Amino acid sequence: MAYTEKVIDHYENPRNVGKLDDSSENVGTGMVGAPACGDVMRLQIQVDDEGVIQDAKFKTYGCGSAIASSSLLTEWVKGRSLDDAEAIKNTEIAAELALPPVKIHCSVLAEDAIKAAVRDLRAKRERTSELETEGKAE
Amino acid sequence: MKTPIYLDYAATTPVDDRVAAAMVECLTTSGNFGNPASRSHQFGWEAEEAVETARANVAALINADPREIVWTSGATESDNLAIKGVAYFNQKKGKHVITSKIEHKAVLDTCRQLERDGFEVTYLDPDEYGIVSPEKVAKAIREDTTVVSIMHVNNELGSLNDLAAIGKICNEKSVRFHVDAAQSAGKVEIDVEAMHIDLLSLSAHKIYGPKGMGALFVRRKPRVRLEAQIHGGGHERGMRSGTLPTHQIVGMGEAFRLAKEDMGKDLEHVVALRKRLLDGLSSIEETKLNGHESQNYPGIINISFAYVEGESLLMALKDMAVSSGSACTSASLEPSYVLRALGLDDELAHSSIRFSIGRFTTEEEIDYVISKVENAVERLRELSPLWDMFKEGIDLSTVEWAAH
Repeated sequence: MAYTEKVIDHYENPRNVGKLDDSSENVGTGMVGAPACGDVMRLQIQVDDEGVIQDAKFKTYGCGSAIASSSLLTEWVKGRSLDDAEAIKNTEIAAELALPPVKIHCSVLAEDAIKAAVRDLRAKRERTSELETEGKAE
Repeated sequence: MKTPIYLDYAATTPVDDRVAAAMVECLTTSGNFGNPASRSHQFGWEAEEAVETARANVAALINADPREIVWTSGATESDNLAIKGVAYFNQKKGKHVITSKIEHKAVLDTCRQLERDGFEVTYLDPDEYGIVSPEKVAKAIREDTTVVSIMHVNNELGSLNDLAAIGKICNEKSVRFHVDAAQSAGKVEIDVEAMHIDLLSLSAHKIYGPKGMGALFVRRKPRVRLEAQIHGGGHERGMRSGTLPTHQIVGMGEAFRLAKEDMGKDLEHVVALRKRLLDGLSSIEETKLNGHESQNYPGIINISFAYVEGESLLMALKDMAVSSGSACTSASLEPSYVLRALGLDDELAHSSIRFSIGRFTTEEEIDYVISKVENAVERLRELSPLWDMFKEGIDLSTVEWAAH
């Protein structure tokens, strides 16, 4: 299969590879996919107090298009609010990388990954604020 | 050293220069271009002679009589002719066929067609090394079984079946034994007499001959009868009509003659390169050799690099031609059915690469491949969340994945 230049660029020079401290309450982690399906993405975002994404890291087990989709996503989410990040559509990723039809699922997975990371972060923050409220009540 | 490096000899091989030279002689006005079926003039007679010389060369490689060789367009057609031909011819006797789950699609899809036509097919499980046990074949044979089709060497794994043992069982039970030998002919010993083989599919392009050319061995004593699948002028004793392509046949004949002559040398070469490759890659942790360690054709080497997805690895190995069992190379999202049939985890199936080496592979190329693979696997593991988890001691089989 022929890959587009953008896919090859992200594959050869992946942006923001790595891991953030999952125990931090400012970090949300989204892990999607399954080894049996041939792709697993782990996307992590770190937000500031205003809820703006300051940093994003990923690691992906998958084909070149899956690696490129997640790498591109980490570039896109930085500087966005959680709502904006969550609104990223797989079709935008697929269009930017010019993914062929058989690789569309890679972009779907990337969309799932950012949604899962945002969800994880919100859940963490809710738990924290509940604890804080409980603490104040006492 | 020229790149890309060709390491896909199980897919196809280049035509040997000596073979190409013989083929070129059979095309133009100055050459042997006649129709071998023309009985009334010298052009026909000369073409026929070339075809018969080739037939003798093909027969000699497998210890058959030249009259037992039927020319076809390739191993796929041979598989179709053998299995459908025998199954349909004997359908009054019974409508049961036995094969294995890791046969080539040319066999499996032919069996599916028989099923649509009211036949019953038993698909035997191979063992974890890709070997079909003769005992399993024996147990599966029934009163109404007419043909057993088992491959010699598996195209993805290189695992090699014990044909003599399976042949003996089929012979004792008077069931026809068909063998797909596309991957083994000219590479390992085949003796249709000693192995009790009734039908054997051959391909030219896997052994330095031309594409589009094959043959089917059809036993004469005792005679194996089959229903033709292609009808016409009654060529090949009515079993396969169509004007014989002299240049293709001469190419196959020459390729098989050379294969017989060079088999020892070719095999020694491949054994040495396999060892070099495996030794070189042994420094990479968490790999698994798929297929059988010793009961194999050594030119096919299938390795899973755990926690690295096959297609991404292929991308990193872009200056070499190898293939992967990863689903991503197909549209289906299913990894290799062969690797799955061995009971291999899907994850490892997705992570597999097949290297197949041959007559023209060099030590220099193997050394280059080793260093490229080492670097690529290391780089992709750095990118792999599964590798992280493995290193943290997490058992991946206990993780609940969000399957999609």
